[in-house]
Amino acid sequence: MILVVVEYANGKVSKSTYEMAGCARQLGREGPVTALVLGSGVAAIASEVALVFDQVLVADHADLAQYDAEVWAAAVAQIAREGEANTVLIGGSRSGREYSPRVAVKLDAPLLEDAISVVDANGTLTAERYTYLARVTEKVEADAPVVVVTIKQGAFTAAMPGNQVAEQFDVDLNLPQRRVQITGKATEKSSRIALTEADIVVSGGRGVGSAEGFATLVEGLADQLGAAVGATRAIVDAGWRPYQEQVGQTGKTVQPKAYIAIGISGAVQHLSGMSKSKCIVAINKDADAPIFKISDYGIVGDVNQIVPAMIAELQK
Amino acid sequence: MRILTLVRQVLDAEESVRIRDGEVDLNGSKLVVDTMDEYGVEQALRVRESGVEAEVIALAVGPERNQDALRTVLAMGADRAIHVMTELMLDPIFLSQVVAQVAQNENVELIFCGGQQADWDSHALGAATAERLQWPQITWTNGLEVHGQTLTGKHDAEDGSETFSVELPAVITTQQGLNEPRYPTVPNIMKAKKKELRVETLEQFHIGPKLKFLSAEVQAKTRLHKILDGKDAPAAAAELVRLLRHEARVIA
Ligand SMILES: Cc1cc2nc3c(=O)[nH]c(=O)nc-3n(C[C@H](O)[C@H](O)[C@H](O)COP(=O)(O)OP(=O)(O)OC[C@H]3O[C@@H](n4cnc5c(N)ncnc54)[C@H](O)[C@@H]3O)c2cc1C
Ligand SMILES: Nc1ncnc2c1ncn2[C@@H]1O[C@H](COP(=O)(O)O)[C@@H](O)[C@H]1O
Repeated sequence: MILVVVEYANGKVSKSTYEMAGCARQLGREGPVTALVLGSGVAAIASEVALVFDQVLVADHADLAQYDAEVWAAAVAQIAREGEANTVLIGGSRSGREYSPRVAVKLDAPLLEDAISVVDANGTLTAERYTYLARVTEKVEADAPVVVVTIKQGAFTAAMPGNQVAEQFDVDLNLPQRRVQITGKATEKSSRIALTEADIVVSGGRGVGSAEGFATLVEGLADQLGAAVGATRAIVDAGWRPYQEQVGQTGKTVQPKAYIAIGISGAVQHLSGMSKSKCIVAINKDADAPIFKISDYGIVGDVNQIVPAMIAELQK
Repeated sequence: MRILTLVRQVLDAEESVRIRDGEVDLNGSKLVVDTMDEYGVEQALRVRESGVEAEVIALAVGPERNQDALRTVLAMGADRAIHVMTELMLDPIFLSQVVAQVAQNENVELIFCGGQQADWDSHALGAATAERLQWPQITWTNGLEVHGQTLTGKHDAEDGSETFSVELPAVITTQQGLNEPRYPTVPNIMKAKKKELRVETLEQFHIGPKLKFLSAEVQAKTRLHKILDGKDAPAAAAELVRLLRHEARVIA
């Protein structure tokens, strides 16, 4: 079977789950495309994914209420072994990237990380991935009975829910003791559309001047466009915006239809998180800012004049 | 306590990437210690300087030139270094076997590993090493304290940050914000030349690769570069909105 570990957040199935289902279907490997739902109180999630997968395995336990890398890796490896999976697909989220190497080691399997494409040729998987801060596309091959794959968010076409409802099975797991104690959590909630799921992202950098400038310019424009909001590391470090909004090497990777960069210089670490966007738009007062080198459209000018003028134009 | 801190030598982020014969060609380019690894070295030094009796061992796996990177971190203050020499490209799952074996041979209790490699953009090494050793791991760590056998600190999670507590031994992967790495001073650069740098060969480890590297290419997307002059802000804004609506068709 092809095992897909379902990703969800705040009670909603994540887009990456549908992208993994899409990836699994186009791969055409042997066996049912199987969803594994891990968590506590996940009945609704299981029913939702039953419309996209061939079968759904559900581990609904109080012990799984909180994510833990060792617990998740043990659960996924156990199911992969018992179900004789030939492929294990894991999302490219922070946690997916964290526990997937453990699954690979447990299964003595190769790990194809952050795949943007995967092809099966006579049992050998070939994947492409971005390297060198997303400046290079590298092709790697894994030839093994079982391969663990994590996918890059946004790279695969999402499978559409059909009207077939897959059968659900409860699974029993032998879970290890968790060793990492989480003693506190600072979650950053936003009412906006999620960065990695949005068609349009408006991002701000140091050029917006202040947290207030970000609110008026970046959030103002995003409101007009129904867009998600992103930020550079510089202003996250300055405390103007929450880390959750950071785009780049150490933040999120986005690939929207349009990425609008406001007062962002375009450091390679920032570009690595957004350079694959379909259309890139930049507003910067410095005509030599590196962001213009990868832009489709742009204005050389002061964001304090240009952005309010854009908002006014959109309101017309 | 012995601390192992991993050192990867990578292309300086400001350098452009060149490809030759389907591989990234680093000849003649400026190579540096991966920033992510510098955070690990710095943190190991801070643990030692906080009064914990500790020996800081730096480990690099790769071609001979990696010894420059190891000399740099010895000059930052690491006590000694191990270089596992190989010309092979090692995927992280493969590499984790080398790291885990060195950690065991050296009786290490704490490993620092960069959160994301600046060359392969990989996150896998820390977790894979932890799994091989049957240790817990903390990823994307941006705050860390050692109290006896307990580590506490802060790290980035899926939707915000978390504080944690974990018992040694453990693997910590680093992240910007953890600390400000120091620069080696000239006297320390001199001293580093005398520090132990032990060279081993990959063959000593009896392991094989998990992945085959087929090709690498730079695929820059062609961009339109329609950059407008913003001196007349309303006119430029109107034209940009028009282009995004009717030419690019990305906004309503
Ligand atoms: C290991 C590592 C990881 C990193 N990870 C990330 C990451 O994930 N994401 C990230 O973003 N960065 C990351 N960085 C930081 C990165 O190198 C840059 O420092 C950062 O992206 C710069 O942010 P910025 O563009 O907001 O600021 P700056 O580089 O200061 O740019 C501000 C821009 O605004 C323009 N400007 C100023 N005023 C105006 C105005 N009134 N009107 C118009 N334009 C104006 C300026 O011309 C300038 O181009 C990382 C760095 C390291 C070392
Ligand atoms: N020992 C050193 N090795 C390498 N770079 C250094 C060193 N000292 C300073 N620099 C660089 O020089 C800049 C200015 O450093 P400073 O003189 O310490 O303010 C720093 O941002 C570093 O980029």
